[in-house]
Amino acid sequence: MKNFSIATRQKNNVTILDISGELDAHTASQLENALKSLIDDESYSIIVNCSSLDYIASAGLGVFMAYIEDVRSLGGDIKLTNMNDRVYNVFDLLGFPTLYDILEDEKEALTSFEN
Amino acid sequence: MAGTKQIQTLSVEASTEHLAEVRDFVAAHAENIGLNQKDISEIRLAVDEAYTNIIKHAYKNTPKEKVSIEIGSDSDHLWITLMDKGKSFDPSSYSEPDLMKRIKEKKRGGMGVYLIRKLMDQVQYNRKGHTNVIRMVKNL
Repeated sequence: MKNFSIATRQKNNVTILDISGELDAHTASQLENALKSLIDDESYSIIVNCSSLDYIASAGLGVFMAYIEDVRSLGGDIKLTNMNDRVYNVFDLLGFPTLYDILEDEKEALTSFEN
Repeated sequence: MAGTKQIQTLSVEASTEHLAEVRDFVAAHAENIGLNQKDISEIRLAVDEAYTNIIKHAYKNTPKEKVSIEIGSDSDHLWITLMDKGKSFDPSSYSEPDLMKRIKEKKRGGMGVYLIRKLMDQVQYNRKGHTNVIRMVKNL
């Protein structure tokens, strides 16, 4: 059984992915497919809301690494929000906060897409 | 109880399907000996990264192969050993990942070994006969 799921919402021109559960080498392909299909649909303003994400391993971070440059080169971004401390700590150990927009709250991310 | 050693073992097929089971196995031991949530999270992640590397690199995604995992602790240390019979890992070939460069080159991976070293106090790679042994130790 896969303890990971993704739900998609739309706010104006921004697509929000609500990810829940455990993101590891087994479940990373689900996130990869979701990001791929957004790019195929030319949705380049993406927020990944991590409020229900309980766990992340480097395979999960690898998915963001693989797509962030593509999306940025197309004029968009992938912004990450609402992480719990344990999840944030993994991003922090690998130095991601200096490269990616990791925000406290989804609203902040929506505002920054407007500017 | 000073001097009391507790050891548990698990043998699983080398498949990412078993990742959650492997994490829960080490977390249960860590909880039993009363570690805090931060240490438990770090141990869960370290074993996940080590086991994922065995699946991908030692066995190249061949799920019929086996991985043996042992977790033990005494009053001063907690250790986790993973054993496989796949391709060996040469730690001297490893260099610290330059994240920016990897993103530009769209290269994934290489982060697991780095994380394990950050999360655990000691990490040793050995080959005994045909068996690769990774031993990770956390000071308590």
